[in-house]
Amino acid sequence: MLFFSFFKTLIDHEVTVELKNEISIRGTLKSVDQFLNIKLDNIQVVEEIRWPHLSSTKNLFIRGSVVRYIHLPSSAVDTALLEDASRREATAAKDKKAA
Amino acid sequence: MSDAEETASNPVSEPLDLVRLCLDEVVSVKLRGDRELKGRLHAYDSHCNLVLGDVEETIYITEEDEHEQEVQRIIKKQSEMLFVRGDSVVLISPFQ
Repeated sequence: MLFFSFFKTLIDHEVTVELKNEISIRGTLKSVDQFLNIKLDNIQVVEEIRWPHLSSTKNLFIRGSVVRYIHLPSSAVDTALLEDASRREATAAKDKKAA
Repeated sequence: MSDAEETASNPVSEPLDLVRLCLDEVVSVKLRGDRELKGRLHAYDSHCNLVLGDVEETIYITEEDEHEQEVQRIIKKQSEMLFVRGDSVVLISPFQ
């Protein structure tokens, strides 16, 4: 749930998604769901010469499971908040197990 | 003390607790596909999804040269902030 909430705060930011098949796609993050499926607008393929088959696509949906990395703008990320949220989530998971 | 209480009170009782102790520290992450990352750990969850800052990615590539000899090639890439999907993660260790 942590990363779902995190990506919701990044909506309307420019991100670069690197897929497991090596294709990198830059675009504006438009939506995300609990599986970390994502929707991007105004996309551009990095290294378009190598991957020309997406050149006419403007927006797309990416299944979460094919994502390897998402490069984020560091200015849009509050790292202290993320670290606290990670600790809270770890504690919550333990409490759930103990209950 | 029951098992459950012990789990809740002990700061290092399960594997992911070691990852928790690495928060805001530099870690090295080994990934599927002969890749390695070095960066500061800012977030993780139980799937090993991660967020790393000031990341250096190293990709190890083995190719054959013109004499059909295997040669190692290394590619390094930098990223200021990177989300890593957990299903690619093999191991996480504190960087020394």
